[in-house]
Amino acid sequence: MHKDETHQHMHGYGIYILVWFGLLTLTGVTVAVAGINFGALTIATALFIAAVKSYLVLTIFMHLRIEQRAFKIFLLVALFFFVISIVLLFADYSFR
Amino acid sequence: MNTEEHTVSHVHRDDIGSRMGMWLFLFTELLLFGGMFFLYSVYRFMNTEAFHIAAKELNTLIGCFNTAILLTSSLTMALSITAIQKDKKGLSIFFQLLTILMAFGFLVNKYFEWTTKFHHGIYPGSDTLLSMDSGEILFFGLYYVMTGLHGLHVIIGAVLIGIMTRLTAKGVITKDSFVKLESAGLYWHLVDIIWIFLFPLFYLIT
Repeated sequence: MHKDETHQHMHGYGIYILVWFGLLTLTGVTVAVAGINFGALTIATALFIAAVKSYLVLTIFMHLRIEQRAFKIFLLVALFFFVISIVLLFADYSFR
Repeated sequence: MNTEEHTVSHVHRDDIGSRMGMWLFLFTELLLFGGMFFLYSVYRFMNTEAFHIAAKELNTLIGCFNTAILLTSSLTMALSITAIQKDKKGLSIFFQLLTILMAFGFLVNKYFEWTTKFHHGIYPGSDTLLSMDSGEILFFGLYYVMTGLHGLHVIIGAVLIGIMTRLTAKGVITKDSFVKLESAGLYWHLVDIIWIFLFPLFYLIT
């Protein structure tokens, strides 16, 4: 079990460089897109790209992809409550 | 721990538990920064125009540059772990030092960014700032607190990685035992993720 774990718990150099390249490209996209006015969608686009970047960092750089399932569940629970909080907050502020 | 049973059976090690502990700590960081992001989103919702005007004061170029620095430092941090896994101690130390160097570069940029703003008279409690619209005061308040707290995390992260470099050099962190380096890495990547959100929310809303 442990042997498999250590063996599995490994990424090559290549995938990191690939992800880094992707992250820089997405940063470029965010900056380019920020100049265009989509109205209400502008912030949504920026947040969407930031979420994609975070997903890349979490799964590859932070090894979540090859981590045990419990780690993924933990993170999903944490994010679930985070999203609940912000949804309730805006449900409150939007209807005042 | 199969590998250890042959040598020292009394040494207890739980790498998965250590990493999980680190993740749990990172969730508390999510609460810390999350609260501020809530504050930011509500204030921005109520002062949309003022936030746009105030954000024009920020230097997008420095913001971009710092984003690239931080993303690259995350790369070198991840590479240092692969290097130690492949038993390349020297290479791992090299990557760790590069990460610290970039953390330092980030802070130097931040220093110049903040001092420029101070010269323009924009700092918490200044007359120039207080004469602005209340929405703009809120924007700069959040800007200083959030990037300041993030900067503090960059300093802590750099110190942590420095300790890891020393442990790697002393042979405490090795091919078979690198969970400390991994945890420091997790912290560093979290700092990166926070910046991934701070950057568009403060620098790119003009």
